Amino acid sequence: MNGLPLISILTFLPLVVAALVFGVDRERRQLARGLTLAVNILALALVAALWVNTNPADGAIQFTERHVWIPTLGIEYHVGLDGLGLVMLMLAALVIPMAVLASDKIQENVPLYCGLFLFLQGGLFGAFTALNFFHWFLFWELSLIPAFFLIKLWGGPQRSDAALQFFVYTMVGSIALLLAFLALFLATGTFDFLKLAELARTKALGPAVEAKFAWLGWGAGKAYLVLFIGALLGFAVKVPLWPFHTWLPLTYAEAPTPVSMALTGVMSKLGVYGFVRLLLPIFPEPMQALLTPLLWLAVATIVLSAFAALAQRDLKRILAYSSINHLGYCLLGVFAAASATGTAHDRTAALNGVVLQMFNHGITASLLFCFVAFLEDRSEGARGLDDFGGLRKVAPVFCGLMGLALFSSLGLPGLNGFIGEFLIFKGVFPLVPWAAVLALPGLLVTAIFILTLIQKVWCGPLNEKWARFPDLTYNEGAVVFPATLLMFVLGVWPQFIIAVINPTVAHWVRQLPF
Amino acid sequence: MLAWTIYLSFAGALSCLLTPRANPRATRAVALGTALAGLLCGLMGAVQFKPENGLEVITHIRWIPALGIDFSLAADGISVTLVLLTGIAAVAGVLFSWNVEHRTNEFFAFFFALIGGVYGVFLSLDLFLLFVFYEIAIVPKYFLIAIWGSTRRDYAAMKLALYSFIGSGMVLIGMLAAYAVSGLASFDLQTLAQHSFAPEFQRWAFPLVFVGFAILAGMWPFHTWAPTGHSAAPTAASMLLAGVVMKLGAYGCLRVAMTLFPEGLKMWQHELAALAVTGIVYGALVALVQKDFKFVIGYSSVSHMGFVLLGLVTLNEVGWSGAVLQMFSHGVIAGLLFAVVGRMVYDRAHTRELDALEGMGLARAIPFAAVTFVIAGFASMGMPGFSGFIAELQVLIGAWQAFPKLTVIAGVGIVIGVVYTLKTTATVFFSDKPAPAEPHAHDHPLEPITVPERLGAALLIFCTVLIGLHPRLLLDLIVPSFKSPLFDGLRKVAGL
Repeated sequence: MNGLPLISILTFLPLVVAALVFGVDRERRQLARGLTLAVNILALALVAALWVNTNPADGAIQFTERHVWIPTLGIEYHVGLDGLGLVMLMLAALVIPMAVLASDKIQENVPLYCGLFLFLQGGLFGAFTALNFFHWFLFWELSLIPAFFLIKLWGGPQRSDAALQFFVYTMVGSIALLLAFLALFLATGTFDFLKLAELARTKALGPAVEAKFAWLGWGAGKAYLVLFIGALLGFAVKVPLWPFHTWLPLTYAEAPTPVSMALTGVMSKLGVYGFVRLLLPIFPEPMQALLTPLLWLAVATIVLSAFAALAQRDLKRILAYSSINHLGYCLLGVFAAASATGTAHDRTAALNGVVLQMFNHGITASLLFCFVAFLEDRSEGARGLDDFGGLRKVAPVFCGLMGLALFSSLGLPGLNGFIGEFLIFKGVFPLVPWAAVLALPGLLVTAIFILTLIQKVWCGPLNEKWARFPDLTYNEGAVVFPATLLMFVLGVWPQFIIAVINPTVAHWVRQLPF
Repeated sequence: MLAWTIYLSFAGALSCLLTPRANPRATRAVALGTALAGLLCGLMGAVQFKPENGLEVITHIRWIPALGIDFSLAADGISVTLVLLTGIAAVAGVLFSWNVEHRTNEFFAFFFALIGGVYGVFLSLDLFLLFVFYEIAIVPKYFLIAIWGSTRRDYAAMKLALYSFIGSGMVLIGMLAAYAVSGLASFDLQTLAQHSFAPEFQRWAFPLVFVGFAILAGMWPFHTWAPTGHSAAPTAASMLLAGVVMKLGAYGCLRVAMTLFPEGLKMWQHELAALAVTGIVYGALVALVQKDFKFVIGYSSVSHMGFVLLGLVTLNEVGWSGAVLQMFSHGVIAGLLFAVVGRMVYDRAHTRELDALEGMGLARAIPFAAVTFVIAGFASMGMPGFSGFIAELQVLIGAWQAFPKLTVIAGVGIVIGVVYTLKTTATVFFSDKPAPAEPHAHDHPLEPITVPERLGAALLIFCTVLIGLHPRLLLDLIVPSFKSPLFDGLRKVAGL
């Protein structure tokens, strides 16, 4: 539109202002916060402008910008948006300001803190719009750096271990991913996602890879499969997929709560995004070949993490496992879409559900972490499941709003959490009935641990220690209220988002080679 | 223009020596002027240089006609890249040696003798001349460490010199053999490269010359001089040692061993790749367990130079251009790391023990050093956006093509690199350990970072980010170089 490179502006605005914010004097906290929020709001406005100007009927990439970068390696500056990218941008534009607003209690070196958040936002915007592997990888890694420091410098008692574990686990995955795409580049001479997907669609990618690595004598299909596993590892760690999740509970628990909001709200989506944008279109056949084990892993992710959440006593750890559980549904949907049998209609339903679930989980989970942040502010850091009790009587508004978010997470119809999971199950059931059935206990256990949480914290006799527990303040309300409203809006009128993603998803399904 | 870098540096060395010992400021001014003039010559030469012409002869003077030895200098994109690196390292080295008070004039005289030798190696076309410059570069090295060094400096200086001389001895034998066997009565590299040596001769001559040079590039298992030398050397010397001297070795491998004996490379390709990858992983693992801050960086250099060697032996153009870019990139990044460790931290804290540094709260005391080290650390671990990434990316592409299994192991090396870099950064600068109640820690706050240090760090950071984001600046120089006749033999063997 108007020839303005909106996506580039959106990406570089936070990065540039981040550099400015780093330079703000340590004592001028309000200035740093104000600048950060101003950029956040501007970014939200830009995303809204993109949203309004997008052509919803067209599922293909829009707003493309393309420049030569390193011609000898086929590397271009190539950005663009489709429905998925747009929804992810919106999520990042919503969650980051929420996290910044929830950071009132951070008083130490505020400019650095705020600058890192802006840096993170810029990195995320870049990663969600890049269409060339090199360009995408740059932002994918770039978003790790601020997250590392936010955990390392402002986290809980075990922050050093948490930050290191987070970074190293992700890096292991990233290197595997990098090697896989370098091999694809060798075989095809391109790093471009769209070109690679086109090659996969015409079933030319597999043979090209085989031809390049034929001298290894691995046999038909093997090299393509190995590359798929490498790339899979990168995203499986990020989402995470069981058994690559072990870094997550410690990280989410030790990170300062606003950072946990950003981690679960947006950064984990980077992983699911990779599954949808890269793995499914570029490796459809290997994904199909490994379908059964992958589905088992997704089912294990869903069910085991729900049980693990049930066993936790720390509120942040419960939410961390719940996050793994919810993203497990997304992966179930993606894998099921690669099933050999099934109609385009079912695949579309499953993938629509996946994208919707990504957005909804982003909003709900970050809202929940936000409530835990408020709870911690009042309890001087206590956040054990058994530390509270009966708070409903002294803080009814707090309780009511957090309860809503919890019910949304549980998947209550009428709230946003329901529709995504419903669509996923609606799609997965006809595609691979057994996986859908096996995943169902996950839903049940989720209900149990969420109700337990409500019961232990809010109901029962009032714990006398918290007799003077203050209710939600206006400032806090201002943070959570818009998100709560959004939960209702999306729950009742999901069409608002589906209108944007459905054409894109339909487009992908047409592109699949089976 | 490029040839002036050599003359200027030697002239600078002499001028520095002639400045009065009692007036270190004058010496510093001369030194900075010389380094800047060298960098400027390099830059102007790079701008005027036309990479598509391949190897461009700059100077050709008959020297010892009877033996076919000429004073001939030439440059292609590879030389220009490395000349630029040398210029940058020289300027940064002077800036980070601003606090040298002990025999300042001699220090800078040796410094520029070394720099002049390095420029000479990168620009020599005549094999004999190249060897002369190569030796000139080694001698000042010894004195810089032995006179101005720290921990176990005599041992380190001796070890470095011995390893270097053994390496050059091997090179000399190979070189003379090539001269004799070819029967061309010429030391001209281009002439010799046109001659196809018998495969049986190449089988032993190639490893002799390659390993001879690779010793100076820190190839495992001949790397042990590097960490001790780096640690003992004064800051500027470590910067030069890791930044450019190790590149001399890699450059020699590419320019001499590989162009003269391409078939030898093909015969030994897999063995050398295995050594390179071992160096990558071993260097990273050893860095992980070091207790001395400078040793961590020293071993990380061994690990990163492994990528250069791996790139060289891939026998494809992506790998080669990755290797050359990695030489540049590592020169800048290692310079920066050593500057932080040696100048910013050691000169203030007077210790390099990680355990001792842990309690000092350095991120608060000298935040500039912390920020610089964080940036250098991320650049060094191969974060996209810095020069190291694009270089290692190309090496890995090249290696995937040639040795897929070793490539995966090299990937493991990168991950270990991430771990030790993060751990060291966290320990030294961002430790949670409370400061010990030692009295002197509070009585003498660390002096603030000086202006020359800031300028030097800014220069190096600028270079790594610039090349990281816009690698074409160098790639457009490097890639066409491999088309020149000098590389005909290699291209033929590689099937390109």
